[in-house]
Amino acid sequence: MVLLGALGVILRSNPVHAALSLVLTLFGVAVLFVAQDAHFLAAVQVIVYAGAIVVLFLFVIMLLGVDKAEDIKTEPLTAQRPLALVLGVGVFAVLATAIITSTDSVVRRGEGLTPTEVADPDANIRQIARSIFGDYVFAFEVVSILLLVAVVGTVLLTRRQRRVEVVSK
Amino acid sequence: MIAAAEPTTTWYLLLSALLFVIGMVGVMIRRNPLVMFMCIELMLNAVNLSFVSLAPRVANIDGQTAVFFVMVVAAAEVVVGLGIIVSIMRGRTHATVDDVAELKG
Repeated sequence: MVLLGALGVILRSNPVHAALSLVLTLFGVAVLFVAQDAHFLAAVQVIVYAGAIVVLFLFVIMLLGVDKAEDIKTEPLTAQRPLALVLGVGVFAVLATAIITSTDSVVRRGEGLTPTEVADPDANIRQIARSIFGDYVFAFEVVSILLLVAVVGTVLLTRRQRRVEVVSK
Repeated sequence: MIAAAEPTTTWYLLLSALLFVIGMVGVMIRRNPLVMFMCIELMLNAVNLSFVSLAPRVANIDGQTAVFFVMVVAAAEVVVGLGIIVSIMRGRTHATVDDVAELKG
C-alpha cells in the first residue's frame, strides 16, 4: 500500500490526486512506525506530515489554480524518462545489494531496545524525551530558531509589494 | 505468503530503498514543482523509515531522535519552498520548472 501511494504520487497527472496518494504513503509509513514500536514518531508523522504538510500542499495547489491535469504524455526532453528509469533501477540495485550483504552485521549487532519496553508502553516516549531534552537539547533549540526563521522568511517572500501611493498617503 | 511472514529489518530497509528510488525517479520525470516537492517528501520519509527500522537493531534511541529532527526540518523546508513557489508562480497560468529557466541572468 505504501508503494502504491508512492507510485500514485509520481504517476497521477493531477496534482491533487498526487497529494492524496502522498497521504496514503505517509499513513502507511506511520503504520510501519507503530509496527516497530516508534509510537511517538507515528503520532508526529500523522499530525505533521499527513495533517499539516499535505494540507499545505493542497492549499497551495488550490491557491495557484494548478489543479488541472498536467499533460503527462509529452516528453519535453527526449530520453529523459528512460534515463531516469535506468538510473532509478541502478540506484535500487546498489542499495539492495548493500542492504542484503550487510544483513548479517545488522542483525547480529544488537538485541533490540531495552526490554522494559514490553512491560511499559510509554518507554518509547520517555526514552525519546530523555534523548531530545537531555543529549540533544542544543539541537532542539537551534531547530526552534530554524522554524522561526522559516516562518518570517516565508512571510517576507510571499508578501505583496505595497504600493508607494498607499504608503505616502 | 509474504504477508504472513514476520517482517525483518531487511524487508523494511528494502522497502525504504524502493520508496527512495520512487521519489528520486519522480523528481527526475515530473515537471510540476509541487509534485517534485512531494517526491522530495517521499525520499525524506524513506530515510526516516530506514532510521526507525535500524534504531532497535543498535539498541539506541538516537535514530528516532534524528527522525524527529528530520521531520521538523522537513516542515520548515516545505514552508519555505512553497513560499518560493507561490511567489514565483503568482500570475502564471501553468507551472513547470522549465519556466524558471528565465531567472538566469
